[in-house]
Amino acid sequence: MSDKINRWLETNTFHHGEFWDILKLVKMKEEKGLKISLCIPTLNEEKTIGKEIVIFRSELMERYPLIDEFAVIDSGSSDKTLEVAASFGADTYSAADILPEVGDKRGKGENLWKAIYQLKGDIIVYVDADIKNIHPRFVTGIVAPLIHNETIKYCKAFYDRPMAYSSGIRASGGGRVTEILIRPLFSLFFPELTSLIQPLSGEFAVRREVLEKIPFPIGYGVETAHILDVYKEWGLEAFAQCDLDQRIHRNQSTNALGKMSFGILQTFINRLKSYGMVDRLPELSTIYRQFQAEGNRYEQLTREIVEYERPPMITIPAYRKKYGIKE
Amino acid sequence: MSKALESVLNKIPTHEAKLQSIREILLANALMLGEIPSPTYSEEERITFLGNRFTEDGLQNISIDEAGNGMAIVPGTQGKRNILVCAHADTVFSKSVDHAMSVGPTSIMGPGIGDNSLGLAAIATLPEILKRLKITFKDNLILMGCSRSLGHGDLGGIRFFLDNNTLPTRAGVCIEGIQLGRLSYSALGMLRGEISVEVPNVYDWSSFGATGAVPILSSIIQRILQLPVPMEPKTRILFGSIASGTSYGTQPTSANLRFEIRSEQTGMVAHLRTQIEDIIGEIAGGSDTTIKLSVIAQRKPGGLPYGHPMVRSMRSILNKLDLKPHVEPSVGELSELINRNIPAVTLGLTNGYNKNEFNESIDIQPTFSGIAQLVALLQSIDKGLCDE
Repeated sequence: MSDKINRWLETNTFHHGEFWDILKLVKMKEEKGLKISLCIPTLNEEKTIGKEIVIFRSELMERYPLIDEFAVIDSGSSDKTLEVAASFGADTYSAADILPEVGDKRGKGENLWKAIYQLKGDIIVYVDADIKNIHPRFVTGIVAPLIHNETIKYCKAFYDRPMAYSSGIRASGGGRVTEILIRPLFSLFFPELTSLIQPLSGEFAVRREVLEKIPFPIGYGVETAHILDVYKEWGLEAFAQCDLDQRIHRNQSTNALGKMSFGILQTFINRLKSYGMVDRLPELSTIYRQFQAEGNRYEQLTREIVEYERPPMITIPAYRKKYGIKE
Repeated sequence: MSKALESVLNKIPTHEAKLQSIREILLANALMLGEIPSPTYSEEERITFLGNRFTEDGLQNISIDEAGNGMAIVPGTQGKRNILVCAHADTVFSKSVDHAMSVGPTSIMGPGIGDNSLGLAAIATLPEILKRLKITFKDNLILMGCSRSLGHGDLGGIRFFLDNNTLPTRAGVCIEGIQLGRLSYSALGMLRGEISVEVPNVYDWSSFGATGAVPILSSIIQRILQLPVPMEPKTRILFGSIASGTSYGTQPTSANLRFEIRSEQTGMVAHLRTQIEDIIGEIAGGSDTTIKLSVIAQRKPGGLPYGHPMVRSMRSILNKLDLKPHVEPSVGELSELINRNIPAVTLGLTNGYNKNEFNESIDIQPTFSGIAQLVALLQSIDKGLCDE
């Protein structure tokens, strides 16, 4: 298991710096006849959406035509998100107006799902709208592995590179929900998936042939469901991940993360049910899998964590004798 | 007005309209440059970004010199002479400041966006602008992002370039992000100094009746304020920053004042400096403290005459854009160009607010008038309309 994971980390984990030559990417994309669409799902993102649009349009459409189509799909913002987006020439849609016959559900997953209908690309790139330090790498880093390698169907972003680190080796990993909820669950049930450093990151690029075949939870569980379903159907080889360095965004409160975890847990248990794993739980692994990084190289740290249980004290003869317990 | 200048002016409205197509590229350059911290002496990353842009645009002679200036040449059809177009690449903000920019429908806000991320972005975007407007020049354009401009940098970048440049430079244009309508064609005499007051550790507080470094520095300021400063030629003493102390009740043993003397009159800066040195000597002697004046930077006054063809052309260009020229002497790169007898002006690109504050902001739309003005000026220089 660890060998397979380490091999995958070697071959399918990238750094955005490997794809600095955007012109080369554009040429490869054109040679392969690929069309690429970019979707930014929004809900009240007036403070950051303008910059994302200006930078993506300038760098990835005008300067280098890597993106063929670019849409903002909104869940009903009450601020000026759509006005700001439109003022910089973005195609803006209300999720409710796309496929109206299927109704309207509120949630980020709804926007991502309806983007498959609205956008025409062979690859759809999803980028969250709340990134303060937006840069073209947020697209190039995750779309490049799909352009380069046809086996890769789903590429996730992850964010590493602390600005300063005192020693060569550093702990590496995801956010709080990833480390407290997702990584333990994956370690127990789907150990190979622990090789994804930040499975919940909101930036990912996916081939249409995958997107059109998987269901979309509309709420917090969408990323988790994607990973489980793609893994079930296409295996670990279908994934790649790319280090995009730092991502600056607003921090969520612990309360908000609790709600998120609750939604993710529902999705996860639903998947266990649909895979027939609830009644036939696999032998639970006692190996917990985390990461450490040295430079651009990532490797898994495995730790055996055995939750040994002691019996109730009252069953221990010496205890019973000391306290004169006869029965 | 000559027919040649009239023809340049008549194209301004068309250029303004066509420049709308460059909006995303210009703004993206301003945003990406603006989000790279660039305090004086640490401009490398911004200059590298600028150099990459020059490479992407296929410019010639792309280089970063020993002083950290980034430059490239847009070759002219004849290339016998050169026009220097420059913008300073450093900002007053330290690396620890959050440099994230935010973009609204009509404005951009973030530290240094007007001074001078937008100016530098104009340099980075100029090759693409000229391509879209289908404009070529007979002269070469030397595009340069200047290092070490502000504060202690003391125009180190442009000085190095002018000391070592072998290309004949016909004229210079310095670009500032703000304010649109600015027309600087003269350099002020300037002295940038720091006065530091040090109270000895064994200071006898009772004998001298003083209460620490702050009152001493305060009395220096009071005395400087009493100095006679002429209204004409324009002369000013600016107090830029003051620092001392750490709490409410602890008497500080050091205090520091940063100030500038600016004057259009030759000799006035030196005269005021002597008077300030006298004040310092007198107060230091009477208070048993160490007071030092350190000169950080100096400029000589000078400038183009009001009737210089370059100034006249700029006034006509601003008039065509319905902008009232805001004449403002400069202590920036312009002063070095003028001191070396290179005719030059400084212009601004758009309206800006809260300069050098964390919430510095610029208006987006007027930028296209600002760029049109720059293009018209370069055309005027290239056609010889700014020669004496």
